[in-house]
Amino acid sequence: MRTSEAGPARILEILSRPGTVALVGRSLGLAAVVTGLCLLIGITLAALVTRTAMPGRRTLAVLAPLPLAIPSYVAAFAWVAAAPWARGFLGATIVLTACTYPYVYLPVVAAMRSVDPAQEEVSRSLGRSAWRTFWTVTARQVWPAAASGGLLVALYTLSDFGAVSILQYDVFTRVIHTSYTATFDRTPAAVLSTLLVVITVVIAVGERWTRRPVEQTRVGAGVARRAEPHPLGALGPVAAGAVVAVLLVALAFPVASLLYWFSTGLSAGIDTERLLTSTGTTLFLAVLGAVATMALAVPIGVLVARHRSRSSAVVETATWAGHALPGIVVALALVFFGVRVAQPIYQRTPLLLIAYAVLFLPAGVGAVRGAVAMSSPRIEEVARSLGSSPLAVLRRVTIPLAAPGIAAGTALVMLTIMKELPATLLLRPTGANTLATSLWTQTGVAAYAAAAPYALTLVLLAVLPTLWLMRAQGRFTATEDL
Amino acid sequence: MHLRRILSASLAAIAVLGAAACGSDGPADTTEGADLVIYSGRSESLVKGILDDLAAETGVKVGVRYAGSSELAAQLLEEGDATKADVFFSQDAGALGALAKEGRLEPLDAAVTDRVIAGFADPDGHWVGTSARARVIAYNPQQAPEVEQMTSVDAVLDPKYKGKIGYAPANASFHAFVTALRVAKGEDGAREWLTKFKANEPRKYDNNILVLDGVDKGEVALGLINHYYWFERVAEKGADAVTARIHFLGSDDPGALINVAGVGILKGTDQKAAALKAVNYLLSEKAQKYFADQTAEYPVVAGVTSKHDLPPLADLEKSSIDLNKLDSLETTLALLNEVGLT
Repeated sequence: MRTSEAGPARILEILSRPGTVALVGRSLGLAAVVTGLCLLIGITLAALVTRTAMPGRRTLAVLAPLPLAIPSYVAAFAWVAAAPWARGFLGATIVLTACTYPYVYLPVVAAMRSVDPAQEEVSRSLGRSAWRTFWTVTARQVWPAAASGGLLVALYTLSDFGAVSILQYDVFTRVIHTSYTATFDRTPAAVLSTLLVVITVVIAVGERWTRRPVEQTRVGAGVARRAEPHPLGALGPVAAGAVVAVLLVALAFPVASLLYWFSTGLSAGIDTERLLTSTGTTLFLAVLGAVATMALAVPIGVLVARHRSRSSAVVETATWAGHALPGIVVALALVFFGVRVAQPIYQRTPLLLIAYAVLFLPAGVGAVRGAVAMSSPRIEEVARSLGSSPLAVLRRVTIPLAAPGIAAGTALVMLTIMKELPATLLLRPTGANTLATSLWTQTGVAAYAAAAPYALTLVLLAVLPTLWLMRAQGRFTATEDL
Repeated sequence: MHLRRILSASLAAIAVLGAAACGSDGPADTTEGADLVIYSGRSESLVKGILDDLAAETGVKVGVRYAGSSELAAQLLEEGDATKADVFFSQDAGALGALAKEGRLEPLDAAVTDRVIAGFADPDGHWVGTSARARVIAYNPQQAPEVEQMTSVDAVLDPKYKGKIGYAPANASFHAFVTALRVAKGEDGAREWLTKFKANEPRKYDNNILVLDGVDKGEVALGLINHYYWFERVAEKGADAVTARIHFLGSDDPGALINVAGVGILKGTDQKAAALKAVNYLLSEKAQKYFADQTAEYPVVAGVTSKHDLPPLADLEKSSIDLNKLDSLETTLALLNEVGLT
């Protein structure tokens, strides 16, 4: 809206600034490289833990999604402190890849676990190699899950502000932020944000296009058994070593860095009461926010997976808009909305939950859509032909089949809400603190040591949704010896 | 299932959740039952102590919302008359100036603005400074001991510092410094200075803290920062663990600019008496002593001293730069864009 008020001359002036084109190039370049690396790492890790007999795979499967719990700004601080040479493009690539590959890993693991191994066995029995079977059968089936994960990574990279600014890599969000905070002139920020939304829509449409040729059908009430693990032989320890290396970079290094800050520095006293209330608030908001988000994500995910129409495409694309914009832009838009339309809940918990739903809906929709696409619409048709109402089909067939995806989406949304900062800062009830806002308060004045307990608790807390996610997939409760 | 049906089902779900959330015990809201709501752009770990004292000593029940100064200013502009805030406590004069320009701040009586040293309040009385900070040069004594002898920020243009200067181009205090350059040297003089500065390939950092880190670790020999970051670092790590030193430049140099943190009362507040009490408290001797000792800033009320080894403000404050000329930020940013230093 603010963009349209600016007038074409002003918009052209802003868009034609010499820096703007370079910025678009740098932002897209970073997003492309990070997304590519995340797809590679995420799919490879998922395949190793679900399809092979790699040593330690169950432990590694649980550890692999945890880097998602480390806010990218915390990881960036750890890198800047330990490896000043890593500034710029290289550092931004390392940090963003390390923090976001679980966006691909989580839905792909869920999808791989629901793929019927029979198809792979048929392929193998027809003489295809394990490797070829993986790419022609398994990878094809999990591609919708991987693609929606990749889309999340791309959009996260475009909207990330903390990491790129700490690592001194000039992209879109930095300029939007500077424009907001230095001049209070919201026009350039609005124009650049609109351009960012246009880019997002193009990327989201492109992602849908990559999924188009893949027809996934599987008939059967569910997976009665899991795939036979593929023996890796001598390659097993090598693969495990590579996974451990990824985890050292993405998980152990930032955690060790936090422990170091924690143990040094004179301001390291812990405000236990504040730590406890921040933890409670974080959990409360994350659980309710995830429920609110998934309440919207499940119907939208089912809709876009089952009904390919122009309106469903518009609904799906619209969900991405909130995700690509820098948090401050979305937060201010919600301030605008809250004050004018929802005054009674402004700066109250419900509006904050709505904000989370707007911001993280795509994570939920992607997971649900990927899972629904895995089950054949024929089963639903059969159910309907047997006299079930559409709602009963949804409740008794579609949703249960998509349960792992819904669980993965819920866990993703919970983790992301725990780390969220700009919208929480502006929209939380006055005086309420989450772990992220407490962390922000401390780093604002260079007291890294005082910030460390909040960061560590945040990381520990994130273990909960991850374990819950594994349980929801029903893999290590009854059948596994974890 | 049809689109309309799905959407209405989702909206119903959201409505139920909303009702559930309202009914349950959400996170504590400290504006609930508060007489006075303060939006604080100053960091909680820096000013919570003094705001707690304010509540205790004035008997006003205070609810404080902490976030970045510029984010809060943007939020206040979006909120307009509907804001719950009564007082805005800002990290810098720029955010207060932006609100004053949009007519969001209530003018203060001369009795209030006269309490501070001349030049530290808005001439129209929309806001008053509460503490001051000086621009300084942080340096690594092993790499650039001669910084101790510098009298002007022009000295950093020496080609021997090529690639060895750290600065924070996105930081509001750097922008204020560039505005001071423009005021002191004129537009052409400032452009010339910035062009030479850029030719020296200064290293960009995201904020003053990271500039100081860079100096401390020897990544750069010197950096342009505000004085209190160094005092905070010493308080955090102990004097022995900090390699970097700081140098205050001569008083009439733009590199020695004194800027302020300040406070304003929001237009339309129904808590004007309590808001005034709060503003007056921040100018009281006790509060001024707090800023001098706890945040290592300069008191803005004459006669208050600091436990830190700060050069007397009177020596620095002879500066020929008028704080009220620091509001031409857009021209500054245009100039930085033109030179290519953003």
